Amino acid sequence: MIQYLKVSSLPTELQEWRTKIEAIAKDEGLDCFDTLFEVISYDKMSEIAAYGGFPTRYPHWRFGMEYERLAKSHTYGLSKIYELVINTDPCYAYLLEGNEMVDQKLVMSHVFGHCDFFKNNFFFSRTNRKMLDTMANHATRVRRYQDMYGITAVEEFIDVCLSLENLIDIHRPYVPQNKTEVEERKQDLPDELIGDISALPRLRAKEYMDEFVNPEDYLEDQRKRQKETLEQQRRIPERPERDVLHFLLHNAPLTRWQRNVLGIIRNEAYYFAPQGMTKIMNEGWASYWHTHIMTKRGVVDGNECIEYADRHSRCTVMHKGRMNPYKIGIELFRDIEERWNDGRFGLEYDKCTDMAARANWNTNAGLGREKIFEVRRHHNDITFLDEFLTPEFCAKMKLFTFAHNPRANEWQIASRQFKEVKQKLLFQLTNMGQPVIEVEDANFNNRSELLLIHRHAGVDLDERYAHETLRNLFTIWKRPVYIGTIKSDRNVLIGFDGREHSEEGFDEG
Amino acid sequence: MRIKQDHSRFRHIVRGKIRRNLKQYISTGSLIGKQGKDKVSIPLPQIELPRFKFNSQNEGGVGQGEGEPGESLGSGEEEPGQGEAGEGEGEKALEVDVTLDELAQILGEELELPRIEPKGQKEVVTEHDRYTGIRPVGPNSLRHFKRTYKEALKRTIAIGEYNPKNPVVLPIRDDMRYRSWSTVKSPQSNAVVIYMMDVSGSMGDEQKEIVRIESFWINAWLKSQYEGIQTRYIIHDATAREVDDHTFFHTRESGGTMISSAYKLAAQIIEDDYPSSEWNIYPFHFSDGDNWSVDDTRTCIRLLNETLVPSANQFSYGQVESPYGSGQFIKDLRENFPVGEESCSLVCSEIKNKDAIVESIKEFLGAGR
Repeated sequence: MIQYLKVSSLPTELQEWRTKIEAIAKDEGLDCFDTLFEVISYDKMSEIAAYGGFPTRYPHWRFGMEYERLAKSHTYGLSKIYELVINTDPCYAYLLEGNEMVDQKLVMSHVFGHCDFFKNNFFFSRTNRKMLDTMANHATRVRRYQDMYGITAVEEFIDVCLSLENLIDIHRPYVPQNKTEVEERKQDLPDELIGDISALPRLRAKEYMDEFVNPEDYLEDQRKRQKETLEQQRRIPERPERDVLHFLLHNAPLTRWQRNVLGIIRNEAYYFAPQGMTKIMNEGWASYWHTHIMTKRGVVDGNECIEYADRHSRCTVMHKGRMNPYKIGIELFRDIEERWNDGRFGLEYDKCTDMAARANWNTNAGLGREKIFEVRRHHNDITFLDEFLTPEFCAKMKLFTFAHNPRANEWQIASRQFKEVKQKLLFQLTNMGQPVIEVEDANFNNRSELLLIHRHAGVDLDERYAHETLRNLFTIWKRPVYIGTIKSDRNVLIGFDGREHSEEGFDEG
Repeated sequence: MRIKQDHSRFRHIVRGKIRRNLKQYISTGSLIGKQGKDKVSIPLPQIELPRFKFNSQNEGGVGQGEGEPGESLGSGEEEPGQGEAGEGEGEKALEVDVTLDELAQILGEELELPRIEPKGQKEVVTEHDRYTGIRPVGPNSLRHFKRTYKEALKRTIAIGEYNPKNPVVLPIRDDMRYRSWSTVKSPQSNAVVIYMMDVSGSMGDEQKEIVRIESFWINAWLKSQYEGIQTRYIIHDATAREVDDHTFFHTRESGGTMISSAYKLAAQIIEDDYPSSEWNIYPFHFSDGDNWSVDDTRTCIRLLNETLVPSANQFSYGQVESPYGSGQFIKDLRENFPVGEESCSLVCSEIKNKDAIVESIKEFLGAGR
């Protein structure tokens, strides 16, 4: 254990490069948190990577599984983790002990790219930058619960929570939480007042004008609306709730420690969500900067060229049938930079139908650099691709969609049409590739059963997984649980009542 | 490391999973061939947390690369090219490495096998030499060049003769370093398993597969009980011969069956190589129970009585059911030996099909001899 207690400060040579690279990054306009680098051995690296980048997490077997996978594939030389960077302030980044100097330089340049992105991208604006401490606190709390209630009990409950972990509303942090909602409810009219015309909201009018300003049909309208509001308030939740974990946290019959554990899982899920929403951009941005800093700013030595080229191409390689976020990201940023440098944007360009003119379009606008900085501030993967993916780019990157052909039981290239590729891409990125699921009714069948609705957008749920997840949901809700979805173009309601699963036709109305 | 705790929790869960699926692993034989030197890779069906997710076959996706629409990207259930870029190939099914020892332990727990008491204290110890260190004297053939050079270099630098421009280093007598050895004592393998199998025409592929699976597990268990273990293989039809393990499991002969031939050979092997005072001996014989003649069966009984049963810890006979065999031999054995009684070290087991393997292993190893 002693070996890990020693804090490895950077060796002199690395320290010198660090300072140099940081200065270059700053000079290029990158705006980073303070970044602390640490050189660590590979099994420490595997440990931290298994913990999702954090040195301290709550105890759970899943991390052990991940560690085994990482450590094993490193031992067998199948893969290597080059860098790890945590989105906190100050930003922590790890370098792998024993890497060549060129690797370390590349990683450092790459890390500054990430760090700038973390600090400036809008979707990280709500992130807790002291997550290191928060995670450590979570760990302490879970350990305490384990001491009190037993390792197995706590671990099994964490399993249950984790299986619902993806049921959060990833946009929730960016919507100002409406505090007045609660206050509004307080002003609700008591039941007996419905129908009492004098209590209905009226437009202000002098008495003699009232009849005209607030005519009978207007009042009737108001009455109806009020009734609806009251009706709605009787439903729990009032509106379908996409943050299922939040709903369970406040409404499920949990003990105190269980509620706390669920809260911890939810909190961490929200922390990691922005990283999932900006994978392509984040990696693209960091790769863009490592190439720029390494090659254009002379960080890479003449005799390191080949190694550098090797590492770079390894991270941006296109495997057949797989989309590489590093590759798409970096190319798209470069494409944007080029387009805005040449002025290939705007009404005039869009309207131009002459292919030759389009290809040779150049107004020397020189806005490229400015544009990519703007893009990295405002976009996430979805808007990024929606806005900047062009048919030309799509063809250049050789993008295609694939689908499963059940007859041949094989995966086949389905199409290279721009429209289809883009649609598929955007679909995959929507809600981070997770199905959209909302709490519809917590008093389903008027028996406090829980009804979730899957907002079906063309792709069915995996049934086996759905069954298992419902089982877990049941352990939290403790009453029968249902999910309404579409299976092979049929509305179905899949349920679990504690003993067995059921499936029936379902009319969503 | 903090992760060790999580890792051991994970291993614990894995162990539980293997235990629960053990019978299935045994009867399908799915672990054989996944075996390395002392580890077995076990594919685990599902050790992940369920969640609401899309049906991947229904979903499809976006890829990158050459190819015309309609071109195949690979078959099967799994999505092509899963895994994160920059992280190496993604892993599809989780395969966990378990040592044979651990596996045997799980087998022991699940089938409630008793530990074996070795016969007496007859551990035979062997000695062998190992290079373990360095010393300043020794024969030239054991000179350690690198260490010698290092010593010479140190000395040269220390006395200030070292010249980086002309880095000549001359070793003198005192710089010389030689490898040294020490003698290691280790217990010799002290158990031997002799597998005998009937390969006459009536033993089909399925019967052989059963023998193969069963012998794998028996080996795993016995290995965990003894320091070292040797295995010998005998096949027989009307005549018997000793073969290697590959031949043992893959030969198919035709012709008659004379079980006595195998017993004779086994008795010979024991007499030549494994004095019963020093060895724990485990003969296993698998057959479909169809012997050539009553006379031969009589010879078998005599051989068993005189040499095989007395010298062995336990003599095991497994009768595999085959559509051609009469299955008479097991009845003969039961008539002549008090099979099933505590004192009898001859154990018989009938194996109807693959599902019966588990029970049969239990019968063979359950006595703890």
